[in-house]
Amino acid sequence: MGLENIIAEALPEVLTTRLDSLINWARKSSLWPATFGLACCAIEMMNATSSRNDLARFGSEVFRASPRQADVMIVSGRVSRKMAPVLRRIYDQMPEPKWVISMGACATSGGVFDNYAIVQGVDKIVPVDVYIPGCPPRPEMLIHAVMMLQDKVMKESVRDRKDVPEEEARGAVVPGTLPVTDGSTARQNTLPESRPYTIASRHERRRSS
Amino acid sequence: MQSGSENTLVTALQREHPDWISEVIYAFGETTIVVPREHIVDVSSFFKSLPEGHFDFLADICGADRGPEEEPRFEVNYHLFSTTKYHRIRLKVLLNEEDTHVPSVTGVWRTANWHERETFDLFGVIFDGHPDLRRILLPDDWQGHALRKDFPLRGYEPYSLK
Amino acid sequence: MSATLPPQFEIVDRPLDTQMTISMGPQHPSTHGVLRLELVLDGEMVVKATPDIGYLHTGMEKLFEYKKYQQGIVITDRMDYLNPLGNNLAYVMAAEKLLGLEIPERAQTIRVLTCELQRIASHLVWLGTHALDIGAMTVFFYCFREREKIMNLIEAASGGRLTPSYFRIGGLMMDLPAGFERRTKQFLDDFPPALDEFHTLLSGNRIFQKRTQGIGYISAEDAIDWGLAGPCLRGSGVNLDIRRANPYSGYENYDFEVPTEPDCDVWARYMVRMREMKESHKIATQALSRLKPGPVKADAPKVVLPDREAMKTHMDALIHHFLIVAEGFDVPAGEVYQPIEASKGELGVYMKSDGGPKPSRVHFRGPSFVNLSALPVMSEGEMVADIVAIIGSLDIVLGEIDR
Repeated sequence: MGLENIIAEALPEVLTTRLDSLINWARKSSLWPATFGLACCAIEMMNATSSRNDLARFGSEVFRASPRQADVMIVSGRVSRKMAPVLRRIYDQMPEPKWVISMGACATSGGVFDNYAIVQGVDKIVPVDVYIPGCPPRPEMLIHAVMMLQDKVMKESVRDRKDVPEEEARGAVVPGTLPVTDGSTARQNTLPESRPYTIASRHERRRSS
Repeated sequence: MQSGSENTLVTALQREHPDWISEVIYAFGETTIVVPREHIVDVSSFFKSLPEGHFDFLADICGADRGPEEEPRFEVNYHLFSTTKYHRIRLKVLLNEEDTHVPSVTGVWRTANWHERETFDLFGVIFDGHPDLRRILLPDDWQGHALRKDFPLRGYEPYSLK
Repeated sequence: MSATLPPQFEIVDRPLDTQMTISMGPQHPSTHGVLRLELVLDGEMVVKATPDIGYLHTGMEKLFEYKKYQQGIVITDRMDYLNPLGNNLAYVMAAEKLLGLEIPERAQTIRVLTCELQRIASHLVWLGTHALDIGAMTVFFYCFREREKIMNLIEAASGGRLTPSYFRIGGLMMDLPAGFERRTKQFLDDFPPALDEFHTLLSGNRIFQKRTQGIGYISAEDAIDWGLAGPCLRGSGVNLDIRRANPYSGYENYDFEVPTEPDCDVWARYMVRMREMKESHKIATQALSRLKPGPVKADAPKVVLPDREAMKTHMDALIHHFLIVAEGFDVPAGEVYQPIEASKGELGVYMKSDGGPKPSRVHFRGPSFVNLSALPVMSEGEMVADIVAIIGSLDIVLGEIDR
């Protein structure tokens, strides 16, 4: 993340299609996922990397455990409210360029679990590039999603993802990261005053679930 | 089924400590003993040390909420199993809504530790004498107890990052 | 030299300062899911390891209370997602106990057959990930290759590879498809050489032996006191198997051994699970040879969905179908606890009904929940790298722990 931006910024008026296609080809051919398997979809993700459906053919050779070395985060599984700040933090730790694939119904929209514990869609926390339906989706669907993401990467321009100047990055407060606590959450013991959902919603008043 | 041997255990307990039993229920091939709250540790140790019972394995502690209008509202079920005699029995403690304290059985079986934390987390039943009673499944700053019947299914607010 | 050191470089023995608390965080390649361990380390040695769970809490037990009995089967798949047929079986058997249904013999045999295939599949994932964490990556690919064959079989029977929901209250979803028995026989013939291949790869490997023998010791009395069951308990020498102790679904008619090992360490649990795969293979072969034609659903028109043909031609079948799907069936009031031997231990379902179509309380006693609570006992005094081996030997699945 540096050289291509320096080149692009040094030549502002020059069309960068050749540079774009070279860089995008390099990026899409080696999309390394960060291991973010949460639940059942993680097992199907493991199946997609095993020998029957080999995801490494498409460039995802290794699943990096450290987000600092990863390009794409495949959120596979249900995201609970306790896990959501962790998810955001891992996303923030990934360097640009980064993409997110939301795998499975639970990551896309909460899935079967429409209740207090699950975040109804991971796009409430991170921006998502490709959504995969299914519960769990077949490994072939994950491979298709990676190929769709590769098509999307090819259409990008090198000017889209800019470096953030370092001083600005250090002072930024990113929403969703673990808060610097001053004990205020522990002190508050009462439920918030305005609770728009205390009335049973009309979905809950239906006779059958 | 093994209800014959469980009957002898229940009669043994009835003979020796009749005030430790409130009620005995036989249903669906299972034996349930309703125990008053203050005697649960005594009954547990009794059953653990009884030679023909030998209930050395606590399979599960499970709380249940009968509903906000019921009296008593909460119940705590202890499922016991014997690894040598292979029979099972259930102990039940009934609790009112205002006073949800139960003595902890972690001294009898150490596995009760996490089960009691889970029951506290989801129902709000407080176990006296528990070494480390805090939330285990829900986030630490969660308000309310999720599995109570008056806690709405979707919670109070949708999730937001702020 | 005789010069004295400045005061800040003086060597003072402050033992408390050598301890470091780190979080083996929820996102970690070796924790088999979103588990967080708080490790208090003294150098490389673990003084205390405390698990912090709840990162996958899904509120499934609350969801059960809002869904009819047959709708809850779908949710049980997602609990222990490596052994979904086992979860289905426990839930369905608890409901059948409340209703007092009698299951036909063909359904019981198919249940035993598919559950044993599922047990082999679950142990294959355990083996692959355990070996991967310790460093043997080849075994991972070999195990998943075998597992693909099993998942193809289960998909042929039920339509789902990982979340089959094959069992229904009163029997099965539908009968086995044509060609299933031939394909299963083919798989069962091909499996023992594959198992020998895994033994060749791992059991004689001195590095694997050094990393697993003597690690994660828990004595038999401690194991029973902490509620361990399944391979973790049998690895400590206690001969306890729910299929023998409280038999269900016809298991008393099958001939199999219960493997136990006396060593109480990670190596013992590894050997127990390898031998269990062989025993499951034996049971599956016996079940396959006992399949006889017959009904696969119980004779209870108010509970079990009728045949499609009957529903389209007979009026009462249509009415029953409509009522079961739209309103559900009333289950007699009461409570049951149904334990089964899942691949990880004793999976128990506590089901409480108050006479309506939806349960009043469903609680799953997940074996991984209890097995993980014994982790602090097993890991005191071990090194950090051994924690990974111990977690692998416990075979935890976070979906079951957090529910």
